[in-house]
Amino acid sequence: MPPMPPSNVLVTGVAGELGSRLLARLGNNPDLNRVVGVDTSPPRPEILRRAGHAEFVRADIRNPLIAKIIESAKIDTVVHASTHAHPAGPTRRVAVKEVNVIGTMRLLAACQKSPLVRKLVVKSSAAVYGAGARSPAVFSEDTELGPTSPSGYAKDAVEMEGYVRGLMRRRPDITVTMGRFANIVGPDVDTVLTRYFSLPVVPTVLGFDSRLQVLHSSDALAALENATLEDRPGVYNIAADGVLTLGQAIRRAGRIELPLPRTALPSVGKVLRSARIVDFSADQVSLLNFGRVVDTGRLKNDFGYTPRWSTRDAFDDYLTGRGVRPIVDGERIAGALAAVGRR
Amino acid sequence: MTSGSSAQVIRLHRDGSPGGASARAAAGDPDDADRHASVVELPTSSAPDSAGDSGAAGGGVSLDRLLTFLRNRLTGDYDVDEFGFDPELTDTLVLPPLKLLYDKWFRVGAVGAGHLPADGGALLVGNHSGVLPIDSIMTALAVHEQHPQRRHLRMLGADLVFKTPVLGTLARKSGQTLACNPDAERLLRAGELVGVWPEGFKGVGKPFSARYKLQRFGRGGFASAAIRAGVPIIPVAVVGAEEIYPKIGDIKPLARLLGLPYFPVTPFFPLLGPLGAVPLPTKWTIEFGEPILTDAYEPEAADDPMRVFNLNDQVREAIQQMLYRRLARRRNIFSG
Repeated sequence: MPPMPPSNVLVTGVAGELGSRLLARLGNNPDLNRVVGVDTSPPRPEILRRAGHAEFVRADIRNPLIAKIIESAKIDTVVHASTHAHPAGPTRRVAVKEVNVIGTMRLLAACQKSPLVRKLVVKSSAAVYGAGARSPAVFSEDTELGPTSPSGYAKDAVEMEGYVRGLMRRRPDITVTMGRFANIVGPDVDTVLTRYFSLPVVPTVLGFDSRLQVLHSSDALAALENATLEDRPGVYNIAADGVLTLGQAIRRAGRIELPLPRTALPSVGKVLRSARIVDFSADQVSLLNFGRVVDTGRLKNDFGYTPRWSTRDAFDDYLTGRGVRPIVDGERIAGALAAVGRR
Repeated sequence: MTSGSSAQVIRLHRDGSPGGASARAAAGDPDDADRHASVVELPTSSAPDSAGDSGAAGGGVSLDRLLTFLRNRLTGDYDVDEFGFDPELTDTLVLPPLKLLYDKWFRVGAVGAGHLPADGGALLVGNHSGVLPIDSIMTALAVHEQHPQRRHLRMLGADLVFKTPVLGTLARKSGQTLACNPDAERLLRAGELVGVWPEGFKGVGKPFSARYKLQRFGRGGFASAAIRAGVPIIPVAVVGAEEIYPKIGDIKPLARLLGLPYFPVTPFFPLLGPLGAVPLPTKWTIEFGEPILTDAYEPEAADDPMRVFNLNDQVREAIQQMLYRRLARRRNIFSG
């Protein structure tokens, strides 16, 4: 049986940046019959205005109501984009876990119950791989997700993926695409990482310079849209090409690097957290410690999408787009040094 | 080359080597008769097989280069590969001081660099010793100095290295990565020269009495990585490194306390304090041996423990033979 193109699509997490943009894209797609976006709060008004024939339903995916929406709108394709591997600002840990894990369970239960659902697209996170001294430098999709390394929000993502695999076993007829997204950056994106690099003084782990890999928001959107419209079953790492080291990124952003002993970081994190600036959790620290790079061969060859932005370009676009102005101008210091040196 | 290799007795050049007169070596390529020669010249060899200070880059670093380097550092305008390797930093800051150690202290003579492929991947497997893994660093320098394309050796290290502040980052920046199969295969498939020391801590921390006696070669992970990636294995013998710190004792409780695999005692350390940590200025020879090809193996062979172990043993024997041959020719530890 040839795969049927999607016609009624449900998108979760449309209040978020990625979810709302996906809703607008799909809403302007004439091949789709119905596009329903759900979240606990509406998308930004300017996005709703451009959203074409997409509808917004205020609903919580933790509520059984979600099953009714899927049933009554005759949804055949579900895009689960509401998961946060890591919330941008300080939030209540329990609340985030509720949405991530319990919300996903509810949504998957609704999908399993509805015979019309034949495709599920899940936005997961590369954080499932964790980060550590014993991890391989580059994670492929086949890397075993050890229960020991990930903690906190990364653990949520691992659990969520477990529930998705459970659904795949029980409903093998559903095409499931799982995207493990790298940290998304872009002009309009507000995540823990973008907040981190806009701190004037950036705390890092003393003696470590981790590798960073990001994904531009437009590439994230395109990958998610492709997964929705085409049939791309499987698990895919979704990340940009290339790597920046943390120190390199800090210097590109013109920030002041403040290396702190690893033991001091949690208390600094607490201060930042209570000042409501950035949430500095344990898995964030291990990311700053060891970094994480994923292999994107499967994305390019099997999924058929090559990110247009490299890590470096995406990072620079975030800097210009967010108006992150350098505090330390490396170019000028280098110029002064050159003037002194040549004298 | 097959896995069912038969044992063969190789006559040593001179008797009196530590391992005794006879040693067993698994046969290599059957039509390769030139295994016995200590310096084998391949027809493609373009690198000088001479010992000593060949290939020294002329002059110091010019001011302009230094300023460009500083500018790139300050603005973050440099490239790092997915393993964290930073070639600009490595060539400008890491290698020059090590080059001094290579030339002046250990007076390393590199032999058989013609066996290193001009391009494409290869797995270099060497003997490990010396309490501190200086031998691997010197091997990397030998590759960099002797290879016409000045290739970088990407070495595989223990997780202890990457856990340690500063050292772990420095290791990544200079091209090293964790010794695990995914990383090794990825580097080899990308056409890199990869260096591995399968003796691991058993090798680096071997007592002085066990010098030049190869320890167990791990679980043969390197052999399966080479088979999967279809790259040749180049046995490497390092002579001289096993005497730099004559380890005559091991303070186990102290090692446990510090989380180290061993706490070495040499005639000078910890007796003379930091001065005792200065390595003895032995004369080194690093020999790159005849490549052991793996492309005859089908990829499934990597999952056949018997064939992996056979290849493992073959490489181990090749290195042990090279070591005995080199030792037999050495007259003095300090002058070579």
